[in-house]
Parts: sequence; C-alpha cells; structure tokens
Amino acid sequence: MPPALAVHDIAKRYGRIDALKGVDLTVEPGELVGLLGPNGAGKSTLVKIACGLIRASRGRAEICGSPAGSPAARAALGYLAELFRFPGWYSAEEVLRLHQRLAGSHGGQSERRELLDLVGLAEAHRVRVDAMSKGMQQRLGIAQALVGTPQVLLLDEPTSALDPAGRRTVRALLEELRRRNIGVLLNSHLLSEVELVCDRVVILSHGAVVAAGSPAELSRPRGVEIETDRGFKHFADAGRDEVPALVEQLVAEGHRIYGVHVLATSLEEEYLQAVGGDEA
Amino acid sequence: MRAVPIIALYALEEALRRRIFHVVLVLTALYLALYWLGADTAFEEVQQFGGELPVEEKELTGGTLFGLSMFGTLFLGAVLAAFLTLGAVRGDAERGLLQPLVVRPLGRSALLVGRLLGAAAVCVPYVFAVFTACALITRAAGDWWPDQFLRPGAELAAGVLVIAVLGLLGSVFLSATANGIAIFMVFGAGLVAGLLGQIGEALNSDTLQTVAERTSWALPFEALYQDALYRITSESRGFTGLAIQLGPFGGAQAAGSNLQLWVATYFVAALGLTLAAFSRKDL
Ligand SMILES: Nc1ncnc2c1ncn2[C@@H]1O[C@H](COP(=O)(O)OP(=O)(O)OP(=O)(O)O)[C@@H](O)[C@H]1O
Ligand SMILES: [Mg+2]
Repeated sequence: MPPALAVHDIAKRYGRIDALKGVDLTVEPGELVGLLGPNGAGKSTLVKIACGLIRASRGRAEICGSPAGSPAARAALGYLAELFRFPGWYSAEEVLRLHQRLAGSHGGQSERRELLDLVGLAEAHRVRVDAMSKGMQQRLGIAQALVGTPQVLLLDEPTSALDPAGRRTVRALLEELRRRNIGVLLNSHLLSEVELVCDRVVILSHGAVVAAGSPAELSRPRGVEIETDRGFKHFADAGRDEVPALVEQLVAEGHRIYGVHVLATSLEEEYLQAVGGDEA
Repeated sequence: MRAVPIIALYALEEALRRRIFHVVLVLTALYLALYWLGADTAFEEVQQFGGELPVEEKELTGGTLFGLSMFGTLFLGAVLAAFLTLGAVRGDAERGLLQPLVVRPLGRSALLVGRLLGAAAVCVPYVFAVFTACALITRAAGDWWPDQFLRPGAELAAGVLVIAVLGLLGSVFLSATANGIAIFMVFGAGLVAGLLGQIGEALNSDTLQTVAERTSWALPFEALYQDALYRITSESRGFTGLAIQLGPFGGAQAAGSNLQLWVATYFVAALGLTLAAFSRKDL
C-alpha cells in the first residue's frame, strides 16, 4: 500500500522568498501527523502543494501513489483550507450536497446527516452559512473535507475557531479516522492538542524540517522529582530506571514517599528549542 | 467535464440568489418604465409636426428610439455579465470560496467553463427579455417594429457573452474590484470607438474612421452592437436610412459576414487564454 502522502524534496519559491527549501515527509495510512512551525514557516504552502492548489518549484508530492493535483490524487483527498468560505446563501446541507456531487459521492442524505452529526451540526443542517458563527463554519468545513470518505485528510488549522468542546469533538473524530485507516496531516499551532492525538510530529522552520518524531521521541528526560514528607526532592540526572533505587534509598533514610514523577520536556519546550526559542 | 453542469448550476444558483441580481431586476424595471415614457412622448411630439419633414417620422423616431434602447440593453447586460464573472478566479480565491472547489476531482477548465455557462444562462435570456420588452414598448408607443428582430437580439446577447469571457479572463489576474473597473474601462473604450467613428464620418476623417473600426473589431461587442443597430433599419433606404445611421452611440455599421467568424474566434481565443492562465495559477 503506498503512503497516504509522500513528499520528496519539495521546494517552493515565491519571487525571492524561499517558502520551502526541500522538504521530505510521509504520512502512512492510518497515521496522524502533526505539522508544526512558526507563522510563515511554510506549512500551508506544503499542504497546498499536496492538494494541487499550487505548483512546487522542485520535488515530488504524491497522494496514495498518484501525483499531487492529478484527478486520482484529488479524488483520494479531503482538504480543509486555512482560509475558506462557503457561499453565504447555502445551508449546511446544501454545501455538503454540492461537494458530494463534485466528489462523485453517492452517500446521499445519510452521508450528509452522518457528517453533520459527527461535527456537531446536526441541529443546524438548515442554517444558512451567512447565519453561522465562525466556529460553526469551521465545523462545516471539516464535514466538507470528509465528504466522499477520503483516504487522506489535509487539515490546515482545523480547530483555530473552535470552542473547547469543539476541539474535543475534533480530537475524537481524528481518532476515529485513524481507526478507519485514513492518513491525516494536521497543521496546528495548538501544541497540547497535537501532543494528545498525533502519532508523529514534524516541525518546520523557514521552509525546512528542523525536527521530526513521535511526541515521546521528541521529548527529553529532565530528571525525577519525588514528593516526600520533607518536601520535593529533585534528581536532575536520574531517569525512569533509577526510580526504584532512589525510592529505596530515601525510605532507608527515613523519608515517607507521597509521589514520584519522571520528568520530560513538553512538546512545547522541544518546539521552542527546535525553531529557535523567542522567534516562535 | 462531468463537473461542468454541476458548476454551471452552482454559478446559476449563485447569480439568482445574490443581491446583485435583484438590483439588476429593479434597475431593469425602472429602465423599461423610463423607456416607455420616453418613447410615448417622442412619438407624440413627432406626430404634432404632421408630415412637414421629408422623412418618414415613424421610421426615424422608431429606429432612433429603439437604437437607443439597444444601447441600454447592452449596458445592462454588460453590468450583469461583469458582476457574474469579475470575481470568478482571484476574487473568489482571495475570499476562500474557490479552493474547496478546485481541490475536488474536476478539471480547472471544467470549473471555468461551468462558470461561463452559468453566466450565459443568466445573461442571454436577460438580454433577449429586455430587447423584446423594448421592441414591444416601441410598437405600443408608435406602432414601429424593427426590420430584423432575432438577429440583432442575438448580436447583443453575443456582445454580452464577449464581455463575460473578458471578465473571466480579467478575473484570473485581477482582484474583483480592479477587474470590475477594468471591464468597464474596456466597455467604455468600445463606446468611445463608436463615437469616434461617428465623428469621423461627420468630418469625413479617414484616420478617425480607421481607428474606430479597428477598435470595434478589437472589442467585438462594439462591432456586434453596430451591426445590430444597422439591422433594425436595414430595409429603410433613402434619407431615413442615412439619418438613422448617424444615430446615437456609434453609428450603425454593417459588419459583413466576417463578423460572426471573428466573434467566434475571438471568444474561443479569449476562453483558451483564460483556461491556460488559470491552469497554471497558484491559488
Ligand atoms: N502567494 C504568496 N506570494 C508570496 N509569498 C507567499 C505567498 N504565500 C505564502 N508566501 C510566503 O511563503 C512563506 C510561507 O507561507 P505559509 O503560508 O506556507 O506559512 P505558514 O507556515 O502556513 O504560516 P501560518 O502559521 O501563519 O499559517 C511565508 O514567508 C509567506 O510570506
Ligand atoms: Mg498557514
């Protein structure tokens, strides 16, 4: 089975700006990859190349083995743009119907209802886009991206306008997609969210990949902290393997132990380090 | 090309549901009412001279009035065509309306052809409706009917389609507002060419007439309009015919049989250019 998304040495120049400088990235079927990076790093540019919206200056991008932008590639993907709008005079249901027609989906009303239900818009299926809040439109955007059961989903900041409950809905949705073996590339600035759901994270800065790996791989040990009856004790050089010995030693010294925490850097700390701290 | 009818329907629905269409309908009603008033008054005034002029008043008045109305019809049709196409690519892309459609598995060409068909489905019936209404009003007011009816109507509709395809072409490069301004400048240039031709004819200036003729071919909606103007009085000869040929906004000019071929070539070339430019555009 070819990767859901494979990007080889993709570069993009806008006039004198190098938006991407040779990026490699793969998303396997059923894999959820988070694409992180500061504003202007090139995340949206990369996703747009994968969709065939813009042409790369160099390199190759494939969706399920077909060249990005080809009809087969576009038939396999669902996309939610960073900035998008649906015609204000359409209802939620009509937007989905149009996209069903364009995607050649035969899901009919049951698919539309299921998708609206999935994003929490079941009650609003007759509401016109004009009358929707930004978050409702974003939910509709996610439903639209899922029309025709795509094999690959490219989501450019899909939760930027969502309330906490909406974000949670989307997280559950992403996990459901993983179960259905759909590959997802998720652009986001919400690191805690990415840390929660993504199998792998790619950090982009100035058009190049500066770090990649699972959230666990990216984080580094930061010692062990033990809560005792005489306060917190910090062992900066210790790791998980040293915990039993440390506890034994403390107990032998007459301490009472209330809690043990193996510390690691958060994704946020790793991210800031990777992209060069204050610049982000 | 499976997507063409879907997009055409989408464009049609967009046109009919947008406020601009309702504004155009109201403007049209106002325009027709004014035209009725004007036609009625004009015929009444002419009747009062009662045969003193050596020309057939009815022919002259009817031809002039209806020629004037055809300019109004062309103008309203151009407004409609411009509004339906001016934001089709860059305007819609800037607002984020285009991207969700373009990533679907339909060719980019299908998207533009669909949009053009959608615009045509609104503009062509509209132009015919206004053209017919004006002819009926002229008949009611002064018992005058154009020598040819279908052909001039079709020529006006074709002129509006030329404006639609130019609007689409402009929309690939210009944002909506800039494109709107550009379309009306092009439209205005066509009219100026018509006026220059008239002045050239009156002054017997070959240079002016050549400039005017070249321009009206470069902007064939003007050549179509002049040919249509010629056709509504094509059978009136003698002084009446001459007087009407000197009529308002670009004299009536028979364009000859090459016009159809030229307009078709022009239209296909402009559409081809639009499709080529759009196919390689970053969105
Ligand atoms: N149409 C364009 N013309 C010129 N430069 C562009 C264009 N689009 C993007 N750029 C430039 O390319 C670079 C990458 O932009 P991109 O939108 O991919 O960033 P991003 O990582 O998505 O940022 P953000 O987090 O703000 O969404 C930026 O320097 C931007 O200025
Ligand atoms: Mg972006």
